[in-house]
Amino acid sequence: MNIAAAPYRRQAPADLADRLFVRGGQWLLLLLLMLTVLLPLLAMLWRGFAGDASQGGGLTAAATLYSSANFRWLLGNSLKVSLTVALIVVPLAYAFAYALQRTCIVAKPLWRGISLLPLLAPSMLPGIALIYLFGNQGVLRGLIADNIYGFWGIVIGQAIYTFPHALMVLLSALALADARLFDAASSMGASPWRAFRSITWSGSRQGVFAALCLVFTLCITDFGVPVVVGGDYQVLALEAYKAVVGQQQFGRGALIGLVLLLPALLSFSVDLWLRRRQRDAMSGRAQVYHPQPSLNRDLAFLAITVLICLALLGVFGMAIYSSLVKFWPYNLSLALDHYAFSELPGGWLAYRNSLLLAVCSALFGSVVIFTGAYLIEKTRQTVLTQALRLLSFVPMAVPGLVFGLGYVFFFNQPHNPLNGLYGTLTLLVLCTIAHFFTTAQMTAAAALRQLDGEFEAAALSLKVPLVRHFLRVTVPICLPALLDIIRYLFVSAMTTVSAAIFLYSPDSVLAAVAVLNMDDAGNVGGAAAMSTLILLTSAGVSLLLAGLSHGLLRRSQAWRQPAPGH
Amino acid sequence: MALSHSVNMQVRNIHKGFGAFKALDGVSLDIAAGELVCLLGPSGCGKTTLLRCIAGLERQDSGSIVIGARDVSELPPQARDYGILFQSYALFPNLTVEQNIGYGLHGDGRATIKARVAEMLELVGLLGSEKKYPGQLSGGQQQRVALARALAPAPSLLLLDEPMSALDARVREHLCGELRELQKRLGITTLMVTHNQDEAMLMADRIAVINHGRVEQYASPQEIYRSPASPFVAEFVGQGNWLPFERSTDGHAQVGDISLRLPTLLSGDARGRLFCRPESVVVNPSVHEDNLFSAQMREMTFLGNRCRLRFELDALPGHSLLAELAPEAMPRLNGADIWVALPPRSLQVFA
Repeated sequence: MNIAAAPYRRQAPADLADRLFVRGGQWLLLLLLMLTVLLPLLAMLWRGFAGDASQGGGLTAAATLYSSANFRWLLGNSLKVSLTVALIVVPLAYAFAYALQRTCIVAKPLWRGISLLPLLAPSMLPGIALIYLFGNQGVLRGLIADNIYGFWGIVIGQAIYTFPHALMVLLSALALADARLFDAASSMGASPWRAFRSITWSGSRQGVFAALCLVFTLCITDFGVPVVVGGDYQVLALEAYKAVVGQQQFGRGALIGLVLLLPALLSFSVDLWLRRRQRDAMSGRAQVYHPQPSLNRDLAFLAITVLICLALLGVFGMAIYSSLVKFWPYNLSLALDHYAFSELPGGWLAYRNSLLLAVCSALFGSVVIFTGAYLIEKTRQTVLTQALRLLSFVPMAVPGLVFGLGYVFFFNQPHNPLNGLYGTLTLLVLCTIAHFFTTAQMTAAAALRQLDGEFEAAALSLKVPLVRHFLRVTVPICLPALLDIIRYLFVSAMTTVSAAIFLYSPDSVLAAVAVLNMDDAGNVGGAAAMSTLILLTSAGVSLLLAGLSHGLLRRSQAWRQPAPGH
Repeated sequence: MALSHSVNMQVRNIHKGFGAFKALDGVSLDIAAGELVCLLGPSGCGKTTLLRCIAGLERQDSGSIVIGARDVSELPPQARDYGILFQSYALFPNLTVEQNIGYGLHGDGRATIKARVAEMLELVGLLGSEKKYPGQLSGGQQQRVALARALAPAPSLLLLDEPMSALDARVREHLCGELRELQKRLGITTLMVTHNQDEAMLMADRIAVINHGRVEQYASPQEIYRSPASPFVAEFVGQGNWLPFERSTDGHAQVGDISLRLPTLLSGDARGRLFCRPESVVVNPSVHEDNLFSAQMREMTFLGNRCRLRFELDALPGHSLLAELAPEAMPRLNGADIWVALPPRSLQVFA
């Protein structure tokens, strides 16, 4: 037996292909992020402060705008609404998350599934449902003294829209607990309330703060709900939308966009700072806490959970029902008339466009983002990877509305060689990927970090090209995370309206945009029908991908099981 | 066995810093073909950094690395021709044992690869586990698969990064012996990083003791143990007694009130420290020995194959010293009053 035989030795190094993959990929990603994130943002800054005075830009216009009474009124309204929503939603979401993570209530997956419904539809849908419920001809009109249009309409609509966002943050904040701490607390005679305050609350209050920031930012930059149920109650986001889309006042839109960027940037940086401080709260030797049944507690939390779910089901059920009603409120017989979209220019084109956008964003986006995350996480750290890390965080801090404005200012420039993209689905795909980049990237990075850091070194020592290793080992292991990214991008592309509203042309109109336009034109039934279509598509694709992921995990069970002790 | 394939390796004056921290401060090593060299040192001493520099996973700031006749200092890892066994083994969980071992054998025919994988499995004694996944193997078996994977492409150099640290103490010694036997059979030049002196003693032809990014001593295990080149090596490898001394006018060592004879007369530094292994201390000798002093026994620990004795010299109260003796020597002890001899040939002088 000749163990050290020569025929297996490979002299031709595969490092040229590797360098192309790593360096080339990193530079491509940098180029992409520059074009789709950084330059549009810079363009907006420039438009706001140095732009044409006739379009409401420039420093003088900025001074006039920011000191006007109308601006202060709008700002006050925005702050009031966003703060109210945050203070209502976060406690509810905390109770809901606590019920799912720390109690023994029944049917947890069901409640979880229902609570995530608002993620699957555009933000206008709760508003539309509210009109059918509490509007002038609503079924429950008698229950409220005043009109639903206005402050409370916006608050309720946005509360429904932001609930799952807050819930997801709090679910992860409450996900892990160290059982030893609870044992220690009870052995020292602490009451459950005391244990909650000193262990659960102190471990999750950073999540509460993050959820508050997230809800506040989502509300202040959302115009889907105000446009539907706002009535005369105007907010800043709506004003930016009207300035750009209605009045071609690009400079004015940019200036308001900059104001809306502030709370997002502020909460983002505070959150980052807090996260850094609280890094090692959960040590490696912690024992996972499993809640014990407690009848009174479980019943109380079940009641809260069921009530919230019923409210959500009521709202979404109402939207679906109203889309099927022939002529509200005079002819309540059911028909699919609204689904013909006869009054909509292009009819079903908007839905087909949205589907195409969602598929393209999900496929290209997941490939670009996952590969990018791999090239950032698993290669030698350089100035370039640091820059990429930083840049991939930016989209999270930028609201969709601001993104859309930036795209208008950057790609609508006649001098920009990429000007031809403006109004095309291609640009909408780019914008969607860039807008939802950070969350997807973080999912990918988290999955990649769980892999042994020596995998790449082992592959290199065996002279296997990195691309091959990526496809043969990394991707198969991370496939569940990859499916998660695909689902996230698909659903986000299906439902987003904030950035897309500035970027579509008649040929590239989207379903969510059509909802807004139909509602604007008084065709609420059509808007409800389109929203329902979006909801059903998102839900269908989510279920499909979840099933796929489940099957995949079962098939790979042989190697995914934890390694036996050494 | 194809010993002709073995190559030697030279590491010349490697410097590597991480910011202000000097991880490697001018390390040079010569490794002969077929030799197994251990890099031994405490954690953070730079031994792993040296291994990663040789593997091309870190780039040294200056210095050169020559494997065989090739200067690989600037080459990427893929072009260096080595196999590496990581502490975590880094087996790919989604590939079977067979696929893991064949991972580096691309380009050859299917049949050739299959034959080579079978050959490697036989070599590490795991025939029959081809279709298993790494997660279904024990730690020791995983290590063998990782070793087979590293050796499959017939590299000219084998690097081992703390290969035993993920294993039970019980199987460790057995696997050390097995690994060493395999390495000798293949005659492959091997460099192993460890912080465990027992492993280094068990396996190495030569040990490089590293501290603060420098090689303190590079010699055979026997030499490292018998004549450590620095106080650090003396302290790090095995146990020892230290006695502070001043040079007396006649060239002997003055420790407290007593005068010790040394193998050679002292010159040079006026003061220093004497070093002596516990097993070379003679307790209650039956014949006369040099440097014989009265002492008080303080404590006795039974360690199975030997006994450890803690005592203080009457002339040096408060300064605990250790002696180790065979259990058969125990009957010679009765009572706390003992005589101990520190034979001159066992005393080593450090500044």
